[in-house]
Amino acid sequence: MIEILSASRCTACNVCVKACPANVFEAVPGSVPVIARQADCQTCFLCEIYCPVDALFVAADPEHVTGITEDAVVAAGLFGGYARALGWKKGREGGADADPTHRLRQASLTAMPTGPRSPAP
Amino acid sequence: MAEPIQLTSDVLVIGGGPAACWAALAAREAGCSVVLVDKGYVGTSGATAPSNTGTWFATTKERRAKLIAERVKSSEGLADLRQMGRVIDTATQHLHVLAERGYRFPRDDEGALYIANLRGPDYMRFLRQLLVRAGVTVRDHHPALELLTAGEVVAGAAGFARQLGQNWEARAGAVVLATGGCAFGSRILGATGLTGDGQLMAAELGARLSGMEFSSQYGIVPLHSSVNKGLPYFWASFYRADGSAIEIPPGERFAVLARESLSGPLQARLDRATGAVPDALRRGQPNCFLPFERAGIDPFAQLFPIALRAEGTVRGTGGLKRADDACGVGIPGLFAAGDTLERQDIAGAATGGGGPNASWAIATGLWSGKGAAAFAQRLGPRAAERPVRPAGQVGLRPAADARALDPAEAVALVRAEMLPVERNFFRRAPTLNASLSRLDAAWATLRDHGQGEGATAFRLREAAALLASSRWAYRAAAARGETRGMHRRLDAPAGTPALAHRLTLAGIDQPVLSFDRPPQEAAAS
Ligand SMILES: Cc1cc2nc3c(=O)[nH]c(=O)nc-3n(C[C@H](O)[C@H](O)[C@H](O)COP(=O)(O)OP(=O)(O)OC[C@H]3O[C@@H](n4cnc5c(N)ncnc54)[C@H](O)[C@@H]3O)c2cc1C
Ligand code: SF4
Ligand code: SF4
Repeated sequence: MIEILSASRCTACNVCVKACPANVFEAVPGSVPVIARQADCQTCFLCEIYCPVDALFVAADPEHVTGITEDAVVAAGLFGGYARALGWKKGREGGADADPTHRLRQASLTAMPTGPRSPAP
Repeated sequence: MAEPIQLTSDVLVIGGGPAACWAALAAREAGCSVVLVDKGYVGTSGATAPSNTGTWFATTKERRAKLIAERVKSSEGLADLRQMGRVIDTATQHLHVLAERGYRFPRDDEGALYIANLRGPDYMRFLRQLLVRAGVTVRDHHPALELLTAGEVVAGAAGFARQLGQNWEARAGAVVLATGGCAFGSRILGATGLTGDGQLMAAELGARLSGMEFSSQYGIVPLHSSVNKGLPYFWASFYRADGSAIEIPPGERFAVLARESLSGPLQARLDRATGAVPDALRRGQPNCFLPFERAGIDPFAQLFPIALRAEGTVRGTGGLKRADDACGVGIPGLFAAGDTLERQDIAGAATGGGGPNASWAIATGLWSGKGAAAFAQRLGPRAAERPVRPAGQVGLRPAADARALDPAEAVALVRAEMLPVERNFFRRAPTLNASLSRLDAAWATLRDHGQGEGATAFRLREAAALLASSRWAYRAAAARGETRGMHRRLDAPAGTPALAHRLTLAGIDQPVLSFDRPPQEAAAS
C-alpha cells in the first residue's frame, strides 16, 4: 500500500490526487496532499512514476501497513526506484523503446528445462 | 447535493482501460462526438496499466494459423475460429497503427519492431494522449452507476463524480460498456475498479452472460504482494516449506501448486533463468521485481514465499454475451468491449491472458465504437432530447424499506466465498451451494434495503455488482457438472462430451441457465 508521501520532497502539484485510480489521495488547499484512503490502495505503484519529484513510496504489501519510515526508504535508495527501472523521469514516460522483453521470447524458445507449451510473450 | 453535471454526446463510453480507449477513438473517427467516463484515471486504471500485456498478433499466414490451432486445443471445444481470425487481424493492424501514431515499441535484435508486448503505463498514457488529440471528452473519477433508457433503447448513463462530490448524467445516442472484468475483490494489479459494474448494468436491461463458470484462474504472487505477473515463473522452480522440490508435469503447474498450497506454504526461485534472461527480466518486466527489491530478495538465487491469488473474470473468460459482430449485447443502443464481454470466442475454457485478452480489448473496442457510432448516427442529432428513465435497481432503489447497509460487509463476503483455492479453484457441489446460499442472502438484503446517495451509492453499486458476478459464476459452476479447462469439479473430474457447449445465464435475481445447445440433443446427434 501507499505508505509515504514525503512532505519535504513534495511540491503540492496534486498530480497524484488526479492520477491515482483508487482515489487514495486528497488535496489540501495550500499544502501537500494527504493519504486519505490508504485501505483503498491497490498497490499498483503508478503514483510513484507519475510524481515529478519522487516523493511517494508504495510498500509491496497490499493488505497490511508495514510501517516503513521515510528514513528507511531514503537509506535503501528506494524513492523513484520504479521510475528509474522503467526509464520514466520527472513524471514523464520514457524507456518503452528500450524494453528488452523480446530477449525473453527468444530465450523461452530455446533450452527450456521443462518445456512450456508456448513461448513467452 | 448540487444539480447533476450534464454531459451530452453522440457516443458515451464507460470505462478507461484499453477497450474503452479504442472504442472512443473508433467512434470519434466515425465522426461522432464522444464522452468517456472512467471510475479511475485514464492512464492508470484498469488491468493493463500496472501490468504490461503480451499481445496476440500475426504478420504471416503461418503464424496466424498456428495461433488459432493452439487456442482451438486449449479452449476445449468452446472457441470460435472465425472470431479468432477477426481478432488477430484487427489487433495486428492496430498495433501497427499505434506505432505509426508514435507509440515507441522497441526493436528486436534484428531491428524489427517488437509489437508482442505493450508496457502498461506507457501504453495507457499514450492512449490517453490519443484521446485528447482526437477531441474525446475524458472525465476521470466519474464512475457510472446506472444506465438511462428511452423506451427500450439505451440513451445514456448516470453516475457520481467522486472528486467533485456531484452526480452526473450523460445523454448519448449509444453507449459502450468497457468497465473490465470482475476481480471479486482480489488484491491483484489493477483490480480496484474491477467490480463487474458493466455486467450488472447491462443485465438489468436483460443482457445475458456466458462463460461465467470459467472464473477460477489464479495467478502467482510473491507472498504479501499484489504482483500477479506470470512471466517470471516461466523460469521458476517451486518448493515446499521444507525446501523439497515440487515436481510439475508439463501444463499442470496451477493444478499442482493449488493442491500443494492446501497442505502448506509454497516457495519459488527463478533458478531456471540463465544467460541473458535475468537481465532481460529485470529490465523488461520491472514491475515484477518491485516486491523483491523492496524486501531485499534476490529471486534468482534465493527462495521466496509465494501465494496464489484469484483473478476473477479478468484472466477468466466470463462476461456479457455478444449478440453480433459489432459487439451489441442484444439491447438497442448498448455495446460492450474488452473484459466486460465473455471471451470464450478466443479462449474457451482456458485463460485469455498472455496475449488474446489484450488483442480482444483492441479489436472489440474498435468494433463496439464503430457499432455505437453507426447506431447514434442513425438516430440523428436530437437523440439527446429523448426523455429518459434510470434503469438501476439493486443498491439504488430498494424493493422494500431502505436501511443503512455497510457495503464493506458484502465485499468481505464476496472475498471469503470467491477467493479461497479450496472453494473456487477446486469446486464441489456442496461448497458451491453453500457459498451460493450466503451470496443469495446478501443479494436479497441489498436488493430489498440498499439505498444511498453519492459515495455511498457508488459503493453499494460496486457491492451489488460483485455479488451479481459471484452468483453468476457459482451458479454456472454448479450447473456445469464436469471438469473443463480452468473449471475443475472434484466431484466430476472428467470432461463430458455432451457438455462441450457454452452455458448462458439470463437474469440476475433468479438466473435461468441453459447450454447453448441442449446436452441431450448434442448427445443424440
Ligand atoms: C497482472 C495482469 C497481467 C496481464 N497480462 C496480460 C497479458 O500479458 N496479455 C493479455 O492479453 N492480457 C493480460 N492481462 C489481461 C488484460 O490486462 C485485460 O484483458 C485488459 O486490461 C482488458 O481491458 P479492458 O479495457 O476491457 O479492461 P480494464 O483494462 O480492466 O479497464 C476497465 C476500466 O473500466 C473502468 N470502470 C470500471 N467500472 C466502471 C464504472 N462503473 N464506471 C466507469 N468506469 C468503470 C475502470 O476504472 C477501468 O478503467 C493481464 C491482467 C493482469 C491483471
Ligand atoms: S505528485 Fe508528488 S509532488 Fe505532486 S502532490 Fe503528489 S507527492 Fe506531491
Ligand atoms: S499504488 Fe496505485 S492505488 Fe495505491 S496510491 Fe499509488 S496510484 Fe493509488
